Amino acid sequence: MLSRVANSIYWMSRYLERAENVARFVDVNLHLMLDLSIESGSQWHPLVVTTGGESLFRERYAETGPTQESVLQFLIFDRENPNSIASCVRAARENARSVRQSITSEMWELLNRMHLRIRSEGFRDGALDTPYEFLADIKNSSHLFLGLTESTMSHNEAWHWARLGRLIERADQTSRIVDVKYYFVLPTLEYVGMPYDNLHWAALLKSATAYEMYRKRYQRIAPNWVTEFLILDREFPRSVRHCLIRAEESLHAITGSPIGTFLNPAEQLLGRLRSDFDFARIDEIIEHGLHEYLDNFQSRLIGVGDAIFETFMAVQPSGVGGGGSQFSGASSA
Amino acid sequence: MHFRDYDTGGFYDEMFVRSGEARTGSRLLVERVEALLDGDLLRRQQAAEIALYNMGITFNVYGGEEGDEKIFPFDIIPRIIEAGEWAPIERGLAQRITALNLFIDDLYHEQKILHDKVVPEDLVKSCPAFREQCMGIDPAGGIWCHITGTDLVRDGEGVFRVLEDNLRCPSGVSYVIENRQILKRTFPHVFRASHVRPVDDYPIRLRESLQDLATHTESPTVVLLTPGAYNSAYFEHAFLAQQMGIELVEGSDLFVQDSSVFMRTTRGPQRVDVIYRRIDDDFLDPRAFRADSALGVPGIMDVFRAGRIALANAPGTGVADDKVIYAFVPEIIRYYLDEDAILPNVDTFLCWREADRKHVLANLDKLVVKPASESGGYGMLIGPHSTKEEQAEFAERIKANPRNYIAQPTLALSRAPVIVDDHFEGRHVDLRPFILHGEEPYILPGGLTRVALKKGSLVVNSSQGGGSKDTWVLEREPDNVSFVDASVMPPVTDHES
Repeated sequence: MLSRVANSIYWMSRYLERAENVARFVDVNLHLMLDLSIESGSQWHPLVVTTGGESLFRERYAETGPTQESVLQFLIFDRENPNSIASCVRAARENARSVRQSITSEMWELLNRMHLRIRSEGFRDGALDTPYEFLADIKNSSHLFLGLTESTMSHNEAWHWARLGRLIERADQTSRIVDVKYYFVLPTLEYVGMPYDNLHWAALLKSATAYEMYRKRYQRIAPNWVTEFLILDREFPRSVRHCLIRAEESLHAITGSPIGTFLNPAEQLLGRLRSDFDFARIDEIIEHGLHEYLDNFQSRLIGVGDAIFETFMAVQPSGVGGGGSQFSGASSA
Repeated sequence: MHFRDYDTGGFYDEMFVRSGEARTGSRLLVERVEALLDGDLLRRQQAAEIALYNMGITFNVYGGEEGDEKIFPFDIIPRIIEAGEWAPIERGLAQRITALNLFIDDLYHEQKILHDKVVPEDLVKSCPAFREQCMGIDPAGGIWCHITGTDLVRDGEGVFRVLEDNLRCPSGVSYVIENRQILKRTFPHVFRASHVRPVDDYPIRLRESLQDLATHTESPTVVLLTPGAYNSAYFEHAFLAQQMGIELVEGSDLFVQDSSVFMRTTRGPQRVDVIYRRIDDDFLDPRAFRADSALGVPGIMDVFRAGRIALANAPGTGVADDKVIYAFVPEIIRYYLDEDAILPNVDTFLCWREADRKHVLANLDKLVVKPASESGGYGMLIGPHSTKEEQAEFAERIKANPRNYIAQPTLALSRAPVIVDDHFEGRHVDLRPFILHGEEPYILPGGLTRVALKKGSLVVNSSQGGGSKDTWVLEREPDNVSFVDASVMPPVTDHES
């Protein structure tokens, strides 16, 4: 398929996944706030950090600081914040618009409706007033989009690009929330055994809609187990490892090469990353520092994204004369 | 809502013979509308608008970013054309496009028609859309113009006349198809009983005729070339590409190498055989036409000349829809086909002729003056609606460049009822049927009915505040169905299903 189209589908998917994650973080935090009677700013700040907009936030909301209102405005509606829900939905829709013929009308219409709704008059005040409804709507729309992608689109190359984008974004988001939450939850370790602590860890799980599935696997809420579940679980759909396994499937479906081999740097980097996660142990990770581990993971994931772009999107005409494509290099298994 | 107060205002009305008396083909629809509960019609109108907005059936307004997407205003009362009225239109359009294709092919080869002085040579040579670059080129099957959108109007006597031939990149067919989707849901019972000829197969036919243009391969790669997502007709480009199942490409997706056109794909370059291009000649190839174009594909004209890529429409077709050349179409038809034109032109004065020019300058307050090579309703003077200053300004323009202006009598364009707030008012309409020319011409039954939504306005272009209606061409007379019980029928409001 066209490189430009592949690129747009990949980003359409990433942006919508990002919007959903932001909605989930905010939602869980709002619920947590109702249970905790601590000063609100301290609980809203980590949310800004998680979404990677800390310096921009400080710049734009210097007077108020992180209050519920300012953080909601920043994360939901602020157009200047590229990771706000409004910005992400808009970016997803603009990408979809430029590839309308490659996705289905159902997918396009859903993104279009989401975008128009957020933009509509008076919508902002209503959503800030009763954010739960709005956030539930974003999450549901994202799930609906996924369902439409699954059931209205052929599972062809375009579908794999959408899936690849979604999974890479999801792996990134889960790693961020674990990183930030772990860091913020740790100082409260003196509360171990207290209900607050449980609340925090439960909130972390809920941020990744992992609470119920976690409970089926583990009897107690324990920091290492929670971390293990979110990073290394093979089956949970939002765990980093699961995302890497599925992303690798899609990448290989696109190129046609078997998993365990590689034809290009994108497959090589993603394969190596996935196999590291396959054999990692949570106690070793914690011992060497979870933050360092996740930080390293995030930069390697960025490397994978760059390699995907170089390999598939930046096609140069000069390759034609030699009769070769970017897949003509020798396989290395 | 009722038609009993509807006033045809002395114009030829598409729906009523005279106030209170519906035409045969429209009678059923009128009864249905009359039988609706109060407010139901408006609800249907609103639901249709919401459906269009959600589908993103919008056109972009130039010069802005987002937020400047507008839905093309749509009126849910269809315009109905009876079978007997349609038949001569169909024949007339087929005749016209056949002759125009022969004309274009002749112009780029022997130019017999110029040598025989049927069309003045200097008019052709001075036409900006005449492309020297196309001389001697042989497009597949000798067809230059594969897709045409001819504008028809109906005059005060109810006679259909050709107003313009759009032979370059006519747009609007996507609205025809989408409007139909919505109307089927809006008036399902009337629709079924009226025996409306379908339009949904247009994309299939278009794809087939494009595919036939590739002479060297059985399974050609066909693409649609768009200027991009910010073009005013982008919705249509995406829609047609999707409906045809072909790639929608931008100029930067394509490149020329080894005398072939390729597109950049995730699996490397892929050869392209047929391009349905929706960008103008000027922007197609910066090496052949406008050097500053960033939208096109450098070198593509060489590949076209070598017969290694098919372009639809071929470059250079614009010469035949120049508004001065238009005046010669009846002679062109006679010259190539030895037939009289079935569809008459609108009387046209060519400012290029001295006698005509004098007449035009003396009657600017009565005539419509148009530049010869503009489209979209830009740069026109509508005499009866103009000021003395505007007329004086046009007089200067005409004297400075007589070749570039034509004038036509101000027609009493036919009208059709549209919903205005809580009642019906008559508005002027035109009709753009679409013609595909593969081996044989095919005429889409219906076309885009454009409505001048501003009261009294004669300009139907979307850029000038026009809207659209669905156009029903009937197969035969409608059945007799009664809607006395209509109030117990469930209202059709679920436009999402």
